[in-house]
Amino acid sequence: MSLSVARRTVTTPILLGLLLVAFALLALVVGSKPFNQTIIDIFLKVIFVVGLWVFIGNSGVISFGHTAFACLGGYIAAWTTIKPMLKGTAMPGLPDWLMGMEIPFWASAVLAAGWAALWALIFGAVLMRLSGIAASIATFAMLAMVNSIYSNWESVTAATSSVVGIPIVRSIWPYLIAALIAVFAAWAYGISRHGLALRAARDEPTAAAASGIDIPRARLIAFVISGAIMGMGGALYAHSIGIVTPDTFYLGLAFITLSMLVVGGMGSLSGAVLGVLILSSLIQILRWLEAGIEIGTTTFALPGGVQEIALGAVMILILMFRPAGIMGNRDLSLPRGAASDSQGQTGPKT
Amino acid sequence: MGSLLQVIFDAAALGSLYALAALGIALIFGVMRLVNFAHGDVIAFSVFALLWPSVDAVAVVFAGNLPWFLLIPFVLAIGAGLSVLSEIVVFRRFRRANPATMMIASFALGFVIRYFLLMLFSSRPKSISLLPALSQPVEIMGARIPLLQLITITVTIAVLLGLIAFLRRTRFGLEMRAAAENFTMARMLGVRANRVIMGAFALSGALAAAIALILGSQTGTANIMMGANVMLMAFIATVIGGMGSLAGAVLAGFLLGAVATVMQVILPPDARAFRDAFVYGAVILVLIFRPQGLLSARGTKERV
Repeated sequence: MSLSVARRTVTTPILLGLLLVAFALLALVVGSKPFNQTIIDIFLKVIFVVGLWVFIGNSGVISFGHTAFACLGGYIAAWTTIKPMLKGTAMPGLPDWLMGMEIPFWASAVLAAGWAALWALIFGAVLMRLSGIAASIATFAMLAMVNSIYSNWESVTAATSSVVGIPIVRSIWPYLIAALIAVFAAWAYGISRHGLALRAARDEPTAAAASGIDIPRARLIAFVISGAIMGMGGALYAHSIGIVTPDTFYLGLAFITLSMLVVGGMGSLSGAVLGVLILSSLIQILRWLEAGIEIGTTTFALPGGVQEIALGAVMILILMFRPAGIMGNRDLSLPRGAASDSQGQTGPKT
Repeated sequence: MGSLLQVIFDAAALGSLYALAALGIALIFGVMRLVNFAHGDVIAFSVFALLWPSVDAVAVVFAGNLPWFLLIPFVLAIGAGLSVLSEIVVFRRFRRANPATMMIASFALGFVIRYFLLMLFSSRPKSISLLPALSQPVEIMGARIPLLQLITITVTIAVLLGLIAFLRRTRFGLEMRAAAENFTMARMLGVRANRVIMGAFALSGALAAAIALILGSQTGTANIMMGANVMLMAFIATVIGGMGSLAGAVLAGFLLGAVATVMQVILPPDARAFRDAFVYGAVILVLIFRPQGLLSARGTKERV
């Protein structure tokens, strides 16, 4: 069964992957450094939002706390890749074996995914027993807890000051590969028996439980996988800018990633990816406007903050008029429509 | 003796703050199942309403120079007004939406309000002197208690008593309680839904403004993020108290204040910075054993 499902639905991740490759090629053609960074940022957001989708999209439980896993991952990058000498002054409290560690960036990303998954397992074992709004708020408490620890544990995280010296990776390919991994992993999870069980539990909790689905366990599996993806994204985020602070991974990032998911449509993987691409383009345009454009002799610039206000407004409008998001729970597929109903989902419920 | 009294007053004052905020969240949740993430930003907005827009570090005071008997109603009206406005402009369109959609919409609205403030005032905290007379300490049985703490506690108790009277004794309060219990049924029996919801928003906004006044005079700064922490604690209080239960929200608010204050005292100095992390951890523990909250409200239980 799963093989035929795989064949019917594999067009979705392939199409999404091609879209991402097209963005990478665009960066290559343009060849400017800031544009390269923009595309890298888009790939990172794809990783985060796809990670969010694995849990939120399949379980229907809104989580505000996933950026906590990105935070865990980001600090793994800081702990394992900064030169030992620099580490000694910024974070003197690290244990010796960690202090001497200096591993390549891809290894730190893998390690970060594992570390975040471990904590997702620990937090999830508790949080997944809750449902609906209580669960959402408990994930918020988790984020606040992680942020509070990382903002105060001075000897290990340098508290709220920036940890600098993380090797910066400027090439676009590692980020593309990581985004592709995230998309394919999310797709594979979505069509696996656990993913199907969780979506059944989302749409008809009573019937699903009666059919023998252990809902907390199904949610926990999704939570751990999405935690791992967020952790990987967090480490790569750290490598893309070379700095981490606890507030890099706090409400701002949580809001942006969640709005991308909502705007794209949290019911489908395509919604998650397209939400990132659409909102990132919008943000980029607003940024250009904030920086100012010259029309004739006068410079026209929007005041700072307009970007976020516009984002919030777009999100509210989309929720008002298209609550299922731009993709409306459908997935991208070839025009034949062979795969269009394979992940047939109704909007997530809580 | 004196220090014990001090701890008790600290706990009661912090608990009052959380209880007021939790009440503001629970009121709206009760009537329309909305977890209002914009609440914290209404708090911040109410403080900034006292200042002229400027990006300087020193606040340019505008309405803050009013005498206190005008200043307090002014701030309360600002909070209530913004809250009602948000209901009219945004939340009214979400009557049929599911709670998760509304929650995200309120999250977005809070973001809009916050960045609107950022645009006008910049993100730097500003020092303000709001009701400076309140920071004088008073001596009670050997403990030096800031006057503000006493006022916070008194105001909270007064607000709670007033609210109880309002909900129990007035027609509007009765309608509001009926709507919280079973909204559809209440509408069918002639409760005007929009009026009740607007009333709940106005009350919640005024409570947010009261918190703004207390926080503003306590810290002496205005910061666009100042409502975030209180709001988070208020959410947690409403969840622990049992979603939709007003008494539960208040009880849990005081409980959180007490736990946070006691932890501040008993934790070793090295661990004090992590007080909030311990509080959140304790909350998660409570939720394991009572996922439905301490006092679960009637009608919010999930039906099968």
